[in-house]
Amino acid sequence: MKSSVIVFPGSNCDRDIASALEKMQFKNQMIWHKETKLPKSDLIVLPGGFSYGDYLRSGAIAGKSLIIDEVIKAANDGCLILGICNGFQILTETGLLKGTLLKNKNLKFINKDIQIKVLNNETKFSNKYKKDEILRINIAHNEGNFFTDNNHLNLLKENDLIAFKYCDEKGNISDQSNPNGSLENIAGIYNSKKNILGMMPHPERMVDKLISNTDGVNLFSSLLN
Amino acid sequence: MKFSVTVTLKKDVLDPQGKVVQNTLTDLGMSLENIRQGKYFEIEVDSKDGLKAEKNIDQMCKKLLVNLIIEDYKINKL
Repeated sequence: MKSSVIVFPGSNCDRDIASALEKMQFKNQMIWHKETKLPKSDLIVLPGGFSYGDYLRSGAIAGKSLIIDEVIKAANDGCLILGICNGFQILTETGLLKGTLLKNKNLKFINKDIQIKVLNNETKFSNKYKKDEILRINIAHNEGNFFTDNNHLNLLKENDLIAFKYCDEKGNISDQSNPNGSLENIAGIYNSKKNILGMMPHPERMVDKLISNTDGVNLFSSLLN
Repeated sequence: MKFSVTVTLKKDVLDPQGKVVQNTLTDLGMSLENIRQGKYFEIEVDSKDGLKAEKNIDQMCKKLLVNLIIEDYKINKL
């Protein structure tokens, strides 16, 4: 499976995701944001980081970069797109995913391991997980507070487009297990065709027992499935 | 021609920064009802047609400066 990781000035998880993809046997290429052609890819990843120093709004400037037109075209042709953290913010700024990521409710940058629950395990990104499986996974962001309008929220619920929700160790989804104030504890969402996933947690950081755990592995093996 | 653009969070969007500023002002003994934090831009364009220039600024807002899901904006000619 061929993957492309788009690199923006200020991306800082591009190497992590590349090394996770390579570990999982993807044939990966790094693509600089000023490129105007994308190599044929089965998966495009918008990595985490602080593209353009989060100027204006997180992801706003990166969302208008040259390569993005190609990403949008590929997405419309059904290519799989994964946006992690800043990549999720960029996806909302391009309009590929609806909604937006506001500042964390407590105004603090949060970097810690939390739990998320797999709500939908019938997508290209999640088929190796069990339904309602609880993953322990790292978050590291200042703007991860997902917000959207009621129409979109209903659409997400009715069409099973909520990928992950923040929960506690036992799987309870509550205000106490919501680290950043996200609407209904939402940690990741799909577009209506389910070929685009945006998520704030970092699965690429959870692929090796030596430094963390392997709860992120199944996201990548789902893609290979 | 010079314009200003003021961007504010929509009424029902939580503004934690504004809240903290409000709390601090209250702590300083200031009396206030509510405060909302926003952004301000000054934009110069080379144009003699005010209407056209304003349309141009409006496009800038819609394309980049404003996230219409959570923000409102006002354009003023300076």
